[in-house]
Amino acid sequence: MTRNLRTAFFSALLVLAVAVPVFGLKLTTVGIRVEVHGAEAGTFWIIAACAVAMFAWQLVRTRLAAGWAASPSLPTIPAGAGSFLTLPSTQRWIILGLVVVALAWPFYGSRGAVDIATLILIYVMLGLGLNIVVGLAGLLDLGYVGFYAVGAYTYALLSHYYDVGFWTALPIAGAMAALFGFLLGFPVLRLRGDYLAIVTLGFGEIIRILLRNMTELTGGPNGISGIDKPTLFGLSFDRRAAEGMQTFHEYFGVAYNSVNKVIFLYLIALLLVLLTLFVINRLLRMPIGRAWEALREDEIACRALGMNPTVIKLSAFTLGATFAGFAGSFFAARQGLVSPESFTFIESAIILAIVVLGGMGSQLGVILAAVVMILLPELMREFSEYRMLMFGALMVLMMIWRPQGLLPMQRPHLELKQ
Amino acid sequence: MSRPILEVRGLTMRFGGLLAVNNVALNVQEKQVVSMIGPNGAGKTTVFNCLTGFYQPTGGEILIEGEAIHGLPGHQIARKGVVRTFQNVRLFKDMTAVENLLVAQHRHLNTNFLAGLFKTPAFRQSERQAMEFARHWLEQVDLIEVANRPAGTLAYGQQRRLEIARCMMTRPRILMLDEPAAGLNPRETEDLKALIGMLRQDHGVTVLLIEHDMKLVMSISDHIYVINQGTPLADGTPEQIRSNPDVIKAYLGEA
Repeated sequence: MTRNLRTAFFSALLVLAVAVPVFGLKLTTVGIRVEVHGAEAGTFWIIAACAVAMFAWQLVRTRLAAGWAASPSLPTIPAGAGSFLTLPSTQRWIILGLVVVALAWPFYGSRGAVDIATLILIYVMLGLGLNIVVGLAGLLDLGYVGFYAVGAYTYALLSHYYDVGFWTALPIAGAMAALFGFLLGFPVLRLRGDYLAIVTLGFGEIIRILLRNMTELTGGPNGISGIDKPTLFGLSFDRRAAEGMQTFHEYFGVAYNSVNKVIFLYLIALLLVLLTLFVINRLLRMPIGRAWEALREDEIACRALGMNPTVIKLSAFTLGATFAGFAGSFFAARQGLVSPESFTFIESAIILAIVVLGGMGSQLGVILAAVVMILLPELMREFSEYRMLMFGALMVLMMIWRPQGLLPMQRPHLELKQ
Repeated sequence: MSRPILEVRGLTMRFGGLLAVNNVALNVQEKQVVSMIGPNGAGKTTVFNCLTGFYQPTGGEILIEGEAIHGLPGHQIARKGVVRTFQNVRLFKDMTAVENLLVAQHRHLNTNFLAGLFKTPAFRQSERQAMEFARHWLEQVDLIEVANRPAGTLAYGQQRRLEIARCMMTRPRILMLDEPAAGLNPRETEDLKALIGMLRQDHGVTVLLIEHDMKLVMSISDHIYVINQGTPLADGTPEQIRSNPDVIKAYLGEA
């Protein structure tokens, strides 16, 4: 009981210690000076009430928990259903169903919704790519956004200086990102865990700062604008085509509608996501995919079995980066503008959050998590000040209730023929 | 007279001021079972680590069929047919038993990226063979029932057997077992003994063994090396070792 009392007392004190400076004091500019003013009395009353509430809650918490356990439990998803959902075969069907829906709905959805869906698809692609590095190979990469930036700037620069179209630049962007992934892979081969995370974090920042400071080439903080949009076999989706080009609506004799462009971009993103899904699905069932997972589980055992950890790590970094490169070049094409500020650390954090939230290694999980992570902030624009707070709360809740992720990967069942 | 498959001369491993292995020599003939025994901390596992390339020995020579392997990285030594198990089992715990066996065949599989991407007939064929080989060994070590369970959830004895089967996936010439009987009950130890015998008889594998279970060591070994405080103390057949006064002294202390 005394322990409870002490915990309760300190919890209440903590509430006061945190809330009084944050909510109770306000900085106001008076002339050229900054003065500290106390907030209104009402605010202090609310803080005090919160502290008292915390005190009471901490006192009765254990007893409540006991009562909670005794009461009939809340309806939860039955265990069977959970494992059914995470079965690879089920996931394949769900993904197939999702693809059909995803192909059909933009023609009925609103312009804004299709635009957000395109953004979600970009993050799905990034999440799937990072999933290779983090989820499968178990290499914590906090600088993934660097490869995304490499992809985006590759297309932006090619388009700006050499007038290269999107479809030509796409593989080049992927290859460039792969090259950077490979180059980053070398110095970090000996690192694991925290150390690896710090080095990759630095790498992501280096790329961003380089892009900002190489003003002559990349336009510095202003970035590069006027990047060409993708075309459909040479047909542009603009109202008026550039010289020697034809527009989509003229060629097909339909009225010009700006929605067409949005839908077209969406469909390209979907195509890229499907390609990514296909490749990663195959990779998982290939020796290299299994080797990644083995490396995550035990590097020493891998070496003892004659597998070269260097090659396995480098291939994970390279392939993961490739998908970021594709996503980046598409991002550049969609925005028509790239600037270093699109590739800050928070992007890496969001992508990593998508992978963790979805369940390491699970593809459907990544898709679901990308939808949640991108859609929620969009839906809650009114609460945008509290976005980061909710972000944090969501993460904490997830780690408590479902630390393995929304839809964790299940091992494939391999049939052994007699 | 069979030919020597593994020769070690003057193997020395020094960690700073500590001489962990001092001038150890081994001579292992093909298809033999050779044991290394010695008190805890005698440097037996360090010898293993040197042989498998996890440590770079400070001095000495390691020859596999006359070919020097000291100084090579671990995975290359493994590719020369020297594989090992670990004192504390090192399985890929989240992967299923059969996946563990597939991973170990990595080097023998079709790892061509495009072949796997488009599932060419050659790729399917190679995967099918891998599955077949894995199934064969799961049967050999009696784990076919639990083939699709995550390796980490298997019973301890099963994990030990799976680790040996995983080594066999690499088609080794020398199998090095680091205390394979540790934590096994007498019944499982008997099975292990039969398994080691089978590996030697049917698969022509040379076995190098570190073990504390003297009953197992004495009944299965062709030759025994005794190491004490990093230094070779004696070697010979089980009978010679059993009656060697130095060995008895090292194990039981001064009388």
